[in-house]
Amino acid sequence: MLKLHYNLEKVSMGLVVGIIVAASIGGIVEIAPLFSINETVELPDDLRPHTPLELAGREIYIREGCYACHSQMVRSLADELDRYGPYSLAAESAYDRPMLWGSKRTGPDLARLGGKYSDDWHVAHLIDPRSVVPASIMPSYPWLMRPLEIGLLRDELATLARLGVPYDEAMIEGAANDALAQSRPDSDGAEAVIERYGETVAIRSFDGDPSKLTEMDAVVAYLQSLGTLTNAPYELLAEGAE
Amino acid sequence: MSDHHQREIDPVTGYDTTGHEWNGIKELNTPFPRIAIWALLITVVYAVIAWILLPAWPLGRDYTRGLLGLNQGDMAVAGYRDISDWRGEWLAKMETGDFEVLRADADLMATAMPAAERLFADNCAACHGETGQGGPGFPVLSDAHWLWGADPEAIAETIRFGINSGHPDARIAEMPAFDWMSREERAAVARYVSGLPEGRDGAGVAADLFAENCASCHGDGGEGGLEIGAPSLRDAAVIYGQDSRTVQETLRGGRAGTMPAWTDRLSEAEIRLLTLYVAGLAEAGGEGAE
Repeated sequence: MLKLHYNLEKVSMGLVVGIIVAASIGGIVEIAPLFSINETVELPDDLRPHTPLELAGREIYIREGCYACHSQMVRSLADELDRYGPYSLAAESAYDRPMLWGSKRTGPDLARLGGKYSDDWHVAHLIDPRSVVPASIMPSYPWLMRPLEIGLLRDELATLARLGVPYDEAMIEGAANDALAQSRPDSDGAEAVIERYGETVAIRSFDGDPSKLTEMDAVVAYLQSLGTLTNAPYELLAEGAE
Repeated sequence: MSDHHQREIDPVTGYDTTGHEWNGIKELNTPFPRIAIWALLITVVYAVIAWILLPAWPLGRDYTRGLLGLNQGDMAVAGYRDISDWRGEWLAKMETGDFEVLRADADLMATAMPAAERLFADNCAACHGETGQGGPGFPVLSDAHWLWGADPEAIAETIRFGINSGHPDARIAEMPAFDWMSREERAAVARYVSGLPEGRDGAGVAADLFAENCASCHGDGGEGGLEIGAPSLRDAAVIYGQDSRTVQETLRGGRAGTMPAWTDRLSEAEIRLLTLYVAGLAEAGGEGAE
């Protein structure tokens, strides 16, 4: 064995291949089974995919690199549960492509953010974080008040549907309309959004101006949806309490 | 350099050399340190023990649970319960009982207030400021002006269900938009309202408009105090500001701020603890109160 290694060290490409093989074994045995074990792949019945507006917000979240400072995963540690709420389940991000768990927290975790603060606060905070949190080091995102580009949403939903996210034909065709309607509670389309995505979807003008659909609408809709796509983690925590 | 060099023992260390030689300096073939080899072997032994004791091997849709039956999620929940139980020794007292009696319990308050401060910082400070100083659009908590009443029960109710939060028991408060008024009328009302804190009122078109449209919520003289979420317009403590320009904006677009409901996120004891803390902020900073 040591002799084999001795010889391998003399063939550098062979050594490189050997290192890759050895390191992969660790990854394969730890990661690959997660694709088949029931506990990690079973979806809660009430899990809903993001609405088109939330999805647009998610894209902006990725574009602006929010994930670099904010994780979206409450770890299964007691003090994390105490601060943020129930720990994150793999199933919660089953429809996230890619998932945005992250690992580095310059800012706080956002997995249970939905409903914690008001829309007005999110708008003020994204435009100028220091205006509401003086000690914040988060950058300002004032340009989010520009109009939202909704032309690509239809294709985006279609793409995700091909990857297994349960968007049906009506959802895909109605993507742009649904995005608009979710920010206009009085519009005709608002009912349709509830019908397609469920009662838990927030229908309101997120940026405070119903006459314009902005990137801010999308980002705030997305942030307010975090942790609200399924009730499963909360039920799990409540069960554990008994 | 050849693969099969003659064995050549270095006289000083007693080790073999590799056969490599640079300008008369020969490289020693020092064996791998024993301690590292032992460490490696121990980790292998540990791995075997861990396979037996802990969840380890994937079996298709399931996995071996291990003899100890440990599960990280359950452990986290158990740990969280421990934290809650430890806190519960005093926090449980907050759950019921009269606020005045609780506040009079000095021992309880000595433990509770530092915890309340952290709860406030984590949940409330984002909008209301670290010391409850509020900000444009976000109510000041460190003064004596309360839209829904200063009674702790009223404060607790607001924390529990929020304002315009979408919760079925939420308080509802909306300043409607007076966009049907002409721009001149709005400007006149705004001037009138912005003068109220200084005691300027008097008769005129604006006063009539005020009496017809605003008085039902804000009181005849704009003194408020009806505890329905409509502020007094005489004390300059309006959340959004009371200069003529801001009032015009308010008249044009209306206002309906949101206070989230906390009943699903915080326990009843925590909500009541925060209530006492917030009531305390108001008393500490509440000079000049009515």
